[in-house]
Amino acid sequence: MILEVRDITKKFGGLQALTEVTFDLPQGQILGLIGPNGAGKTTLFNVLNGIYAPDAGRVIFRGEDITGLPSYEVARRGIARAYQVVRPLSDLTVQENVMVGACFGRECFSLTDAAKIAGEVLAQVGLADRAQQPAGSLNVAQKKRLELARALGARPYLLLLDEVLAGLNPSEITAMLDTIRQIRDRGTTILMIEHVMQAVMNVSHRVIVLDYGRLIAEGLPQEVANNPEVIEAYLGDPKIAERLMRG
Amino acid sequence: MKNRLRPGLWIPLAFVLIWGLAVLVLRQDTLRETTFTLLMFVGLASSLNILLGYTGYVSFGHIVFFGLGGYTGFYLLSQQGWPLYIAALAGGVLSAGLAWLLGLAVLRLRGAYFALATIGINEAARAFVSNFAPFGGATGLFVNFSAYDHYGGAGPALWLAFILLWIITLIILLTSFLVKHSRFGLGLLAIREDEDAAMVMGVKAPQAKTITFAISAFFPGIIGTLYFFKNGNVEPGDAFQLHMSIEALVMVMLGGQGTVLGPLVGAITYQGLRGYLLTSPLFKSLHLAVAGLFLLLIVLFVPAGAVGWVRGRFSGLRRFLE
Repeated sequence: MILEVRDITKKFGGLQALTEVTFDLPQGQILGLIGPNGAGKTTLFNVLNGIYAPDAGRVIFRGEDITGLPSYEVARRGIARAYQVVRPLSDLTVQENVMVGACFGRECFSLTDAAKIAGEVLAQVGLADRAQQPAGSLNVAQKKRLELARALGARPYLLLLDEVLAGLNPSEITAMLDTIRQIRDRGTTILMIEHVMQAVMNVSHRVIVLDYGRLIAEGLPQEVANNPEVIEAYLGDPKIAERLMRG
Repeated sequence: MKNRLRPGLWIPLAFVLIWGLAVLVLRQDTLRETTFTLLMFVGLASSLNILLGYTGYVSFGHIVFFGLGGYTGFYLLSQQGWPLYIAALAGGVLSAGLAWLLGLAVLRLRGAYFALATIGINEAARAFVSNFAPFGGATGLFVNFSAYDHYGGAGPALWLAFILLWIITLIILLTSFLVKHSRFGLGLLAIREDEDAAMVMGVKAPQAKTITFAISAFFPGIIGTLYFFKNGNVEPGDAFQLHMSIEALVMVMLGGQGTVLGPLVGAITYQGLRGYLLTSPLFKSLHLAVAGLFLLLIVLFVPAGAVGWVRGRFSGLRRFLE
């Protein structure tokens, strides 16, 4: 297991954001994390990569307890993250953005090596010809790709993808999914939050479902899609349920 | 590394080098004095820029490191008989150490709160020194004239102070360039753009900010010692002038924050302008108001400063102006 999450509980004042969330993620798999809005998915990511310390529970990454470590320590152990709301370092070039990931991520590359890696990663996500532009000048789809490139530059063992498909048009989604599959084929484990159901059902080996901070289902995409509790969590809407099943 | 040969480095260095050499060759006292003041502000603005320009943290009270470092260095050389070189270095080390300790506390604050805290520190230091007997309290300290004899008399001592300041300014510009083009500096720029995202990418922000604060405080401590040595006395009113902090900020913003050349351009331009304002009958009591107006206009219309603006407009010049 590359990641073991045990009984993670997190409260914000009176709001129970996460309740005893437990799951395992084997090396080399893509695990989909789905759930209605406000279910606690992004909070779970924030706990995993050290932005919040959980109130209870443990996060074990590659056999090491990383619960409550600051986010830069988590990054150095090999977890990288692409944000849902893009956060480019706007005044730096696209290349420099990726170099930050490479320089300070798991392998702590030198500037020269980081520049080389940035070149490779930008080619992989299709931003090679934009390398010298300021990151702030990219459009939304490109910024999403930059988020991904920055995370990949760190050469992580585990990649946390927070809705990288949101806001993209169908052809951009197809291109992004191809990129995600390529990343998996190179041996990187992926945990992804996604609302585009067809996409999750397509690329994930397994899916877990959060609802009101609790894990309500876990299994193969098809099993989860047919789980009555999951269907109910999605508002009991027959259309969404149908779409889930077709997944 | 090929970095060392970049025009962005040698343009500012060559400029200051030739300028200092010219002053040494001409050997005029008035020219030396004006150059001393200019180089002092180039050094102070460049030091401030290492914090402000690269990490985006605005220190309004940066002059506290000039004052306290200068006081310490001056105390050591005038009361304890330390040689100037060691005393100046000690002043710098004290400033850096103080910044380190302060940084652990106040660098948790962001934006306006950090800026406010730095103003508070400057005022606290002034109050402390005004009541601290070994530093002479409110009247300050004087150097015994015989102390200059070690350096061949008062005249040569002034030239020595000038040469040391000149060398320190060159070192500051070099440091500024090296920080900007290092892995460490890339981390600082990431902090400036988005501190939380930088931390998620693995930048050890608390540590990096503290180190940067210490570096940017070290040089003003040395400059302070040289300045007060040249003046022959130090008193709280001279050492902790809040308006000098603000003027240094204007210089950095005017020239271009986050560039190596910017503070140099900004310091010279601002000092030139200030010289004009102070001697013109109309503006002579208004020069600070003009500085404030400048700051406002820059922030509103040219937030990148002169060098930043040129870099943005003419991408071909980017290689030469850093």
